Amino acid sequence: MDAVAALAARSGMDRREFLKRLGLTGALLTGGPALLAACGVDTAETTTTAAAVGSTTTSAAPMSTELNFANWPFYIDVLEDGWFDTTSLDDFMEATGISVNYFEEINDNDEFFGKYQAPLSQGQNIGRDIAVLTDWMAARFIRLGWTEELNYDNIPNAVNLVEALKSPGFDSTRKYTLPWQSGLTALGYDPNATGRELTSINDIFDPAFAGKVTMLTEMRDTMGLVMLGMDIDPATATVDDAKAATDKMQKAVDDGQIRAFTGNEYTADLASGDAWVSFAWSGDVIQLQADNPDLKFVVPEEGAMLWSDNMLIPKGAENKQNAEIYMNDVYDPRVAAKIESWVNFICPVKGAQQAMRDLGAEIEDEELVALADDPLIFPSDADLAKTHIIKDLNEDEETEWNTLFQAVLGA
Amino acid sequence: MTTDTATPPAATPPGAGQTAGAASSKSKRKRVPYLLLLPGGIWLIMFYVIPMIQLAGVSLQEGSFQTGYRFTWAWGNYSAAFTAFGGHFIRSILYAGTATLLALLIGYPLAYAIAFRGGRYRNLLLILVLMPFLTPFLLRTLAWKVILADSGWVVGVLQSIGIIAENGRLLATGWAGVAGITYNFLAFMTLPIYVSLEKIDPSLIEAAQDLYSNSRTAFRKVTLPLSRPGIVAGTLLTLIPASGDFVNAQLLGNPQQLMIGNVIDSRFLRIVDYPTAAALSFTLMVAILLIVIPYVRAVGTEDLVA
Repeated sequence: MDAVAALAARSGMDRREFLKRLGLTGALLTGGPALLAACGVDTAETTTTAAAVGSTTTSAAPMSTELNFANWPFYIDVLEDGWFDTTSLDDFMEATGISVNYFEEINDNDEFFGKYQAPLSQGQNIGRDIAVLTDWMAARFIRLGWTEELNYDNIPNAVNLVEALKSPGFDSTRKYTLPWQSGLTALGYDPNATGRELTSINDIFDPAFAGKVTMLTEMRDTMGLVMLGMDIDPATATVDDAKAATDKMQKAVDDGQIRAFTGNEYTADLASGDAWVSFAWSGDVIQLQADNPDLKFVVPEEGAMLWSDNMLIPKGAENKQNAEIYMNDVYDPRVAAKIESWVNFICPVKGAQQAMRDLGAEIEDEELVALADDPLIFPSDADLAKTHIIKDLNEDEETEWNTLFQAVLGA
Repeated sequence: MTTDTATPPAATPPGAGQTAGAASSKSKRKRVPYLLLLPGGIWLIMFYVIPMIQLAGVSLQEGSFQTGYRFTWAWGNYSAAFTAFGGHFIRSILYAGTATLLALLIGYPLAYAIAFRGGRYRNLLLILVLMPFLTPFLLRTLAWKVILADSGWVVGVLQSIGIIAENGRLLATGWAGVAGITYNFLAFMTLPIYVSLEKIDPSLIEAAQDLYSNSRTAFRKVTLPLSRPGIVAGTLLTLIPASGDFVNAQLLGNPQQLMIGNVIDSRFLRIVDYPTAAALSFTLMVAILLIVIPYVRAVGTEDLVA
């Protein structure tokens, strides 16, 4: 707008015309979502130019020393607030000579899909060698054929993958994906505000907390928990079950029980006291507890949802082998422990718990040693037995469930 | 209208009294305006006309992402979209209209004060108006969650003077959404008005006073009409993007009061239903044009176009 003011000021005589035109340009800009939608249908010209650019870069650099890694924000260890003098990425680059371009660009599975669906569906590479996507989105990528098969010769450490995650429904032999982190979705709450301990998912519907309750916009997490509270098994739920769950939520919205459906920003609401009870992700609450030790994350008696974010190699990735070398590095328990010490979700790598104790002992930090015994980072088998994984929805079910759920969200 | 006095007459009458030898330079001169239009024209075609045609095409398709979309003249997308989301349309336009009005009520005095009373601090004040834009849109909006928090001082004060109920709140209400929009688009209102006001020749106001008008009449008869182009531009720059906004409603509103932008976002990204998303976008655009064109005709034309 400063430029607009300057331009308008300079153009003296035509200023009024200019301003009016400007207003009309505004009208064109409303087409923002429209433009996005239109991007879905791409033209053949862009395909050829992009392909041409791609081929020149590959021919110029036959021995690739790069790795383009797309991940979520705050999802890898950094020096700030960390325990160590180097990050796991520094160590990796030092040891292998591969330079990692790390993109904190995934804020939302759906947005990532919307951003890259056009090139991927035309067989173009998207300039990313690893992307970290949640189970269901990884499943969609596999279904659409947008993933490269992993060459396990380059990933011997993959044997360290924990048993529980070895054969998910969408990728039963882990042909295309390896978990980056797992996590629990359950109840986060502030006992000072609620005035009592919460033990059941259905406590979120207690009228005493009206208007102080948030749920997640992530459909599978929220639907799964609400279903567990209704004694429906999310692993086998039908569309009718989904309808029953959304009816229950709709009533809570109409009654003013649910204040908002949020992404990560529920953490701010819990911290400020605007929310007393939230459907929450385990790692977030551990990080919040640093500022407010009273906040609690509880796995309710009905159980919790277990999910994973998975590393996968998007189709046509230029540095596939480097991606596999990196995955191998991450499945080294010591590296996994280092990442985990900062990220605080659930580690999918066997031996990382012991490695974290060892690392803690080496740097003589008792807190780090103690962190290795946090049941939210390294849950016991008994805890894991209480977790549920939501059913692998096919495309029709996904559309139906999403439509029901989005209606509750008000859109 | 008085405005015309400020506009100097066209510099040279084109072609008057020129010899035949000047014919080529004349045709060159004719071409220049078109050449100047070229960059803007290409931009518009690339980023507006083509996407618009594609959008119209998508809005008439049927199918799903997995099986592919087919163009079938599916006009039903429009009626279905409007039946399902008519309320969201009306709410969007009401919210955007309210926010525009509020922005005008705040922005005009602000621009006036900077233009006429700013003195040597003018530039500094303008920078202050623009300063919030150095912070990303999302962060600015999230900051309002802190300001309007249930236990924050704003709510506390309003509760103690009885404007909102004892256990009432501001966040997660439609009002918070409107306030967020007003705030986020205030500069779009203020700057065009400022530009209009700043160009007003003070001697015109003096002249009005010489002709025995008091300061209120001078404002009404001189300043306000002369600043009208700024008001028109400002209201359009606010109303139009505000109608399609979805961030404020998502972060500051509640699930019962979302806007049409949220629905488009949801259809496009979450449900991956591109035809409905496209039909909604197109309908929104037409709705806005239906509001804006009569508005510009009624308020803006006479000395803007002539």
